[in-house]
Amino acid sequence: MSYSKMSLAKPVMRGLLGKRLRFHLPIAFALSLMAAAAFKFGVTEPRKRAYADFYKNYDATKEFNNMREAGIFESVRPTGK
Amino acid sequence: MLHLGHVRCMFSRRVVVPLNSGLGTASHEVSDQLDMSQPIYSDRPDTPLPDRPWKDVLDATDKSLKQKEKGPWSALSKEEKIALYRLKFNHTYPEMKRPSQEWKTVIGGMFFVFGFTGLVVFWQGLYVYPPQPPTFGEDWQAKQVQRMLDMRINPIEGFSAKWDYEKKQWK
Repeated sequence: MSYSKMSLAKPVMRGLLGKRLRFHLPIAFALSLMAAAAFKFGVTEPRKRAYADFYKNYDATKEFNNMREAGIFESVRPTGK
Repeated sequence: MLHLGHVRCMFSRRVVVPLNSGLGTASHEVSDQLDMSQPIYSDRPDTPLPDRPWKDVLDATDKSLKQKEKGPWSALSKEEKIALYRLKFNHTYPEMKRPSQEWKTVIGGMFFVFGFTGLVVFWQGLYVYPPQPPTFGEDWQAKQVQRMLDMRINPIEGFSAKWDYEKKQWK
């Protein structure tokens, strides 16, 4: 068996980091933005709405009196004690 | 740390390699232990060219083959090339990388240890733990939940938000 000239193609030696960045950076940015948007619309907006709804018709005095009657305060005891 | 051959026994961890492992038999071994001051042959995937060839002691046919190797290699037949390879190396890469059944021992040992640990934990629960504090009891827990609702713990998104104060039940 004789060996004729067999050679492989020269591998790519340059621009490897650039190629990787060109591929991965847009994906990374897109995924990050999607994560931020998902958190904003999944968590923060519902939370802001929940707080707004809670305080829309919140009567602090009524709540205080309910808590007082339940007997949890030490400074004011329930009425009638 | 040089990996001196496959010592398959689970409990043997000695550095000294017994003669019947085949590692030192081709060299000038007279004692039971491997001479670490001489170049050593090893079948390792990350070391393609070991420090010495597999067969050091060549008989007459091997020596004549080695002489023929000094000439043009196209004159060597296929069997001669394979013989030369086997003089230089013990295992081929596929032979080196052949799968073993060791994983079964590993997984089996793991499960055995899990089981033993489970028994130990169970025994601990019986004989080691002190008596439970009163705060674990049913009555205490119920009174605790009632007090948390009275205090309006997390009334917007959390605990008390799930309680309906008008109907006096969970939402």
